Amino acid sequence: MKYFHLIWAALFRSRTRTFLTLFSVMTAFFLFGMLDSVRVAFNSGGSVTGANRMIASSRLSLTQMLPYSLDPQIRAIPGVKKSSYAAWFGGIYKDPKNFFPNFSVGPGYLDVYPEFILPADQRKAWEADRTGAIVGETLAKRHGWKVGDVIPLQATIFPTKGSNDWSFKLDGIFKVKDEKQKAGQESVLLFHWNYFDEANDYVKGRVGWYILQLDDASHADRVSKAVDALSANSDHETKTQTEQAFNQAFIKQIGDIGLIVTAIMGAVFFTLLLLTGNTMAQAVRERIPELAVLKTIGFSNRSVLMLVLGESVLLVAIGAVLGLALAPLAMIATTKGSGGFIQLPSSLPPESWVTGLLLMLAFGVLAGLLPALRAMRLNIVDALAGR
Amino acid sequence: MSKSKRFFSGLLTIVALVAALVVWSMLPWFGVLAIAVAVAAWLAFTRSGAIALAATRIGIAGLPQRWGASSVIVIGIAGVVGVLVAMLAMGEGFKATLSNTGGTDTAIILRGGSQAETNSVITRDQVPLISGLPGIARGADGQPVSSPELSQVVNLQSKADGTDTNVQFRGVGPAAWALRPKLKIVEGRKFGPGLREMVVGRGAQKQFANLDVGKQVKLANQVWTVVGAFESGDSNESELWADVDVLGPAYQRQAFQSVTVKLDGKNGFKQLSAGLAADPRLKLDAMTTHDYYAKQSEGLTKFLSVLGIVIGSIMAVGAIFGALNSMYAAVAGRSREIATMRALGFRGVPVVTAVMLETMLLALVGGIIGALIAWVVFNGHTVSTLGNNFSQVVFQFRVSPQLLWTGLKWALGIGLVGGLFPALRAARLPVTEALRAG
Repeated sequence: MKYFHLIWAALFRSRTRTFLTLFSVMTAFFLFGMLDSVRVAFNSGGSVTGANRMIASSRLSLTQMLPYSLDPQIRAIPGVKKSSYAAWFGGIYKDPKNFFPNFSVGPGYLDVYPEFILPADQRKAWEADRTGAIVGETLAKRHGWKVGDVIPLQATIFPTKGSNDWSFKLDGIFKVKDEKQKAGQESVLLFHWNYFDEANDYVKGRVGWYILQLDDASHADRVSKAVDALSANSDHETKTQTEQAFNQAFIKQIGDIGLIVTAIMGAVFFTLLLLTGNTMAQAVRERIPELAVLKTIGFSNRSVLMLVLGESVLLVAIGAVLGLALAPLAMIATTKGSGGFIQLPSSLPPESWVTGLLLMLAFGVLAGLLPALRAMRLNIVDALAGR
Repeated sequence: MSKSKRFFSGLLTIVALVAALVVWSMLPWFGVLAIAVAVAAWLAFTRSGAIALAATRIGIAGLPQRWGASSVIVIGIAGVVGVLVAMLAMGEGFKATLSNTGGTDTAIILRGGSQAETNSVITRDQVPLISGLPGIARGADGQPVSSPELSQVVNLQSKADGTDTNVQFRGVGPAAWALRPKLKIVEGRKFGPGLREMVVGRGAQKQFANLDVGKQVKLANQVWTVVGAFESGDSNESELWADVDVLGPAYQRQAFQSVTVKLDGKNGFKQLSAGLAADPRLKLDAMTTHDYYAKQSEGLTKFLSVLGIVIGSIMAVGAIFGALNSMYAAVAGRSREIATMRALGFRGVPVVTAVMLETMLLALVGGIIGALIAWVVFNGHTVSTLGNNFSQVVFQFRVSPQLLWTGLKWALGIGLVGGLFPALRAARLPVTEALRAG
C-alpha cells in the first residue's frame, strides 16, 4: 500500500464529516455485534463438550415426568457410557424476580457434565450431605453466597410436608470453563434427587429427564431409537435427542428471534449504506479538481478508482472494528442490568466477527463504488476547468 | 470568539438540548399542539417570523437539488421509527391479549404459592369444598358456577417450520362456557361430554399443524377428534379444549390444577378470599382472572419494551449522526447563499429557524414513513411465544395510535438534535469568508 498516506490524508480532509460518518458506522456495527451474538447464542444451543450427550425426555410434553425405573434399562443399552437424570424443581429464592434454574440431580450428574468444575473436597462434602446443594459461581456472586450458607427456597410446584419451605445447605461452588456458556450454566442450583424424591409430597420415583453420555457421537441415532423403544406404547413414551437439538427446540419457542434480528439489521444496514455512500459521494464531489490533478501527474484511472474505494473501505473498517469491539461492553452491561434474567455472552463469538468483517468489506466497496467510478471516469480537462 | 467562550457556549447548548429532549419526551399531545400553534403564529404574525419563513422557503426550495443528502435523513429516521414501533407493538399485542383474558367477575383458585397453573395442584376432595365457599355465583340450576380445570402442556408441530412446540391442552368443566362469555364457537360444535373430542382456538389453529375441524390428532397415545373451533380474542385462543373428565385420565392425573369460579356481585371476591382463608383444609390462593393474566404478561411486556427502547436508542444515535452529517453538508453546500442572506440583513434567529424547520420537516416525513411501514407490515401480524405456563401464547402485533405518536415524537426529537448544531453553525458563519470561498 504505497498510497496509504494519500488515502489517509483524503479521509480526514473534512474532519467533522468523517467523524460523524465514523460514529454512525460504529453504532451500526455495535448494534450488529450485539444482535448477532444473541442470534449465535440462540442457535448454538449445547456446548462442544456436549456433542455426545443426549437428553431423553417425555414425548408427551415437557412437564410430564418419567419413571425412575428406566434408569437401569438405559444404562444397559450398548453405546451409553454414562447416564444420569434430573428433575426440575422451580423453587424461588425470596422473590420471583430472582429467578434462576434449580433442579435435583441423580448421582453421576457431574460426571456427564465434566465442564462443571467443582473442587474435589467440596464435591465429597456435597455427596455426603443429603440435603446439600451446589451452585454456579455466577449465581453465588449475585446473591453473595458462601459455602456453608443455608439457602431457603419457596417451592412453586412441590411442597414438602404441606409447606412450601425448603432449605439447602450450600456445599460447593462450581465453575464452568467455557466463557460462552458461563453466564447461563453458572446460574443454576443443583441438589440431590434422592432427597427431592423422599421429601416432596406429590411425585415418587419420577425424574424429569435422563442425560446420556455416549461412547461415540456417531451412535446417537441408534441409541436414541433403543431408548425410545424401551417405553414405546406405554404411558411414558420418551423422545431422545442430542442435547443441542433439545436446547434448540426449547429456545426456538421463545419466538422467531432470527426474523426479528434480521429485520432490525436490515433496517440498520440499509441506513448505514446510504449514509456512507452519501458521504463518499460528497467527498469525491469536493475533490474533483484534486483528483484531476492526480490524473494529470500520471495516476492511472485504475489507481484513482482504487484510491477512492480504499478510502471508503478504510472508513467503514475503522468504524466497524470500533463498533464490534465495543459491543461486548453493552452485552455485559445488559446481563448485569437485567439481574441475570437475560444472559448474553460476555465476548463476541468468532462467527459474529467473521460475519461482521465480511459485511464491512462488502459495505465499504458498495458505498464507495459509484463515487469511485465517477472519479475514474473524470475527464481531466473538464474537471480542471470546473465544468 | 475565544476558545473558552466557544467551549462554554457549546456546553450550554448541549445542556439546553438535553433539557429540551427530556421535556419533549414527556410532553402530552396537546403540549405538542400548543408548541406547533405557537411556532405557526410566530411565523405568520411577527416580522422576524415572516423573515424566518422566507429563509425556510429558500431552503426547502433547494431540497430537490440535495435529494441524496435529504433522503439519508428521511430513510434513517424512518428506520429508527419503524423498528421502535414494531418492537413496542409486539409487547403491546402480548399485553393486550393477556389483559383481555379474564375479568373481574371471575376468579381463579390455585394452590398457595404456585405462580401459574402448571405449578398448581388441587385435589379432588378440595373441589366440593371450594364450590361450597361463599361469594360464588349460582347458575340457573342453583348450582355454584365453577369449573375445575386441568391444563396439560402437549407437543404439536408448528405450521411455520414443523418444529415441536408446547401447546396448552385444557380440560374444562361444564361451567367453563358460562365463565368465558367472550368465547364463541365459530365452526363446528362443542365437544361432547365423556368423548375424546376437542375444540381448538383460532389462534392455535393458525399456528399449529393439523387442527382443522374434522381432523384427528394423536395426543397421549389416544386419538382425539377436532369437532369445533372457537374465537375469543384473548389468550384462550391459543388453547385446545376438551372435557376435563376425559383429559385427566388420559394423562393419569387424579388432581385438578385450578378452579375457575364466577363471583357473586361486588363483594364476591372478598367473601371468597375470606372463606378460603377460614378453611384450614384449603391452602389455596384466589385471584381475579383479570389480575392473574395481567400478572403473567408483566415480564415479557417489560422485556420487549426495554429491548425496543435500547435498540431504538442505539439506532437513534446513528440516525442523529447521519442527520448531523447531512445538515452540516447542506449548510456547507449553501454557505455562499447563507452568507449572502446574512449580508442582506437576515439575522441569526431566522437563519437558525430556517435550518431547523427544514430538518424537522425531513424528520417528520421520515417518522411518518417509518410509522406507516411498521403499521402496514406488522399490525395484526400473528406470532407466538412461550408464556408462563411453558406453553405457546398466540398473539398479534398491535400498532396502536399511541405507538405511532411515540414514533413521531422520536422522529422529531432526532430532527431537533440533528438540525440544531448545523443551524448554529449557519448562524455563526463568517460572512466575508463564506462569500469569498468557493
